[in-house]
Amino acid sequence: MTITMRAGSGPDELLHKVEVLSEQHLANCYQCGTCAATCPLAAQMDLLPDMLIRHLLFGLPGVLERRTLWVCVGCESCTDRCPRGIDVARIIEALRQIRLQDRGDELAVAQLPDAARELPPIALVASLRRHTG
Amino acid sequence: MQIAYYPGCTIKASARQHEGAALAVLRALGVELREMEEWNCCGVVHSLTSDNLIRHMAPVRVFARLREQGNNEVATLCDMCFNTLARANQLAHEHPEQIEAMSVTSGGELNYDGNSGVLHLLQILRDRVGWAKIRARVRRPLRGLTVYPYYGCKLLRPSEIGIDDPETPAVLRDLMQALGATVVEGSLQTQCCGAYHVVDREELVAGRVAATTAQARERGSEAIVLSCPLCHFNFDTLQPQASAPLPVFYYTQLMGLAFGLEPGELGLDAHHTDLLPLLEQHNLIRPKGGPA
Amino acid sequence: MTERVPLITMQLMGKPYSVPSGLTIMAAIEFAGYKLVRGAGCRGGFCGACPTLYRREGSHRMFTALACQTLVEDGMSLVQMPFVPLATKPYELAAITPRANTILSHFPEIAGCVACNTCTRACPQGLQVMDYIQAALRGDIKRVSLLSFDCISCGICSSRCPADIKHYAVGQLARRIYGRFITPAEPHLAERVSELEAGQFTSELTEMMHMSQAELRARYEQRSFEVVDDGGEHSATKRYNSPVDPVDFQDEIEG
Repeated sequence: MTITMRAGSGPDELLHKVEVLSEQHLANCYQCGTCAATCPLAAQMDLLPDMLIRHLLFGLPGVLERRTLWVCVGCESCTDRCPRGIDVARIIEALRQIRLQDRGDELAVAQLPDAARELPPIALVASLRRHTG
Repeated sequence: MQIAYYPGCTIKASARQHEGAALAVLRALGVELREMEEWNCCGVVHSLTSDNLIRHMAPVRVFARLREQGNNEVATLCDMCFNTLARANQLAHEHPEQIEAMSVTSGGELNYDGNSGVLHLLQILRDRVGWAKIRARVRRPLRGLTVYPYYGCKLLRPSEIGIDDPETPAVLRDLMQALGATVVEGSLQTQCCGAYHVVDREELVAGRVAATTAQARERGSEAIVLSCPLCHFNFDTLQPQASAPLPVFYYTQLMGLAFGLEPGELGLDAHHTDLLPLLEQHNLIRPKGGPA
Repeated sequence: MTERVPLITMQLMGKPYSVPSGLTIMAAIEFAGYKLVRGAGCRGGFCGACPTLYRREGSHRMFTALACQTLVEDGMSLVQMPFVPLATKPYELAAITPRANTILSHFPEIAGCVACNTCTRACPQGLQVMDYIQAALRGDIKRVSLLSFDCISCGICSSRCPADIKHYAVGQLARRIYGRFITPAEPHLAERVSELEAGQFTSELTEMMHMSQAELRARYEQRSFEVVDDGGEHSATKRYNSPVDPVDFQDEIEG
């Protein structure tokens, strides 16, 4: 596998989109890993938030295919604790939005199991907002 | 004291017991919540990207209606509604041009300046009623009952709108102590329960609930006390089978018990995990069929 | 003696036609030479078969209307939308238990409502469509039923919704649940059904079956109305009980 690293060598389209949508400057990240350490769902992620930021900065492929996008539930612990003031939750929300607009829904609403249909309205509304375009 | 009230969908569906208990408790404290005449879902989660205006329409519409109905301040019980409304309010205040853009696409219905107050019930209790008055209203202190307050996310983060310190919140602890309960605390009190993952990634929620209830139990807690209807659903239904589940209370229910209100008003039977054995054990309710 | 009616120009599916002013959209389409085999029904604003999408000169908006209820305008550009696709999970009404999340569990997509109010603005009946979807989301079945009572299922709301909600099916389910499980049973209805079953009106029915169309029409026009006193809650009922019958079209009866 060949990986082309493009750090500092011209604008990367995905990075640019994420920076515009999230209003965050990713190069501010100094990779301390506080976000990953504080994330209650980090164990379920296939790319930790700090690494995700690095992958975006380097233009590495496959960021949009990561499970991390959907595991992040937006609790904003990382945002609250980032020593560099980066709103990590916004970065992941931007990636979700790009993915949803590109590939369509992540949740098959019509195929929800009966048990899921019995949930409190806030669970369904929140899930639809995060998983459908 | 009268305050306009935005219930939110879940308060009218799976969290009716929270509303019933809240209204009863507030009556006892001389506070009246007047439900908005017409309202819509707040949208539940605040959209975090810069261009997703349509996702802000729901909370902004709530404020537009609040104004139409002659109010400038709104109270809510639901943590998710509180968070979404408070952030939309902030957005409207800081970015009037975005509200203008929404208003243009919606036929001019959404004029709003971002200058309303959004109050969570816990703020009303702490900042307007005050712990002293609550303590004075207690008729049956929760003596001997040990609880673990769980805050979750939406009351505390982001800190610009949070109602308490996001790292060391105190509001539920202070309230429970005012009622005479013993409080134990731990690091997982402010960690997310997994929220809407209950829809299609239930195992993530079950993992968070198991870790948090284990910590509560280790510290000697007999029950979880919380505020958010989604946290409530997750904790009430997804505790591990291995040990007897901890009862999960809304703080309003414990207030009602401590105030000596009719248990019938507090929706104590509307839970998945039975609340009554613990309450009977501490003589906080009369056992069914027992002496009056 | 003939009266001259000014002609106006409408565009139907992109093609201009000169039609007399003062016609309904439906009549204008027929004047232009089209025969409507779908997209026309009662011609009285009740059946919901003739939803129309149109634009006007001088506005960037898309407008919606029932073709039989709306006058054609000069510069109108329109298309008929006789049917809005609907696919719902079948349900057995008798097996439903009315609970706070009954409607949400049948139509989980209502959780995607962004409260944009497009449905309400598009509704040719002037219903508060978004409000009834919101009431459905929080399980207020009674409110959904009352707010959606005048729905004619034309489907325009659904065609315009960014969340792809099937509003009219949601309202229908709520009204069915409300009617079956929530409203109290009407004793006079049960009485009348048992009278019918006992054959009490058989001779009247037989008599009517042998009447001419003119006699039937006369009977129909002379019919009486029940007085409804419900404190204004079911305002729609009052409207439906109006003696001015909108389905009073000679061509419908004789055609």
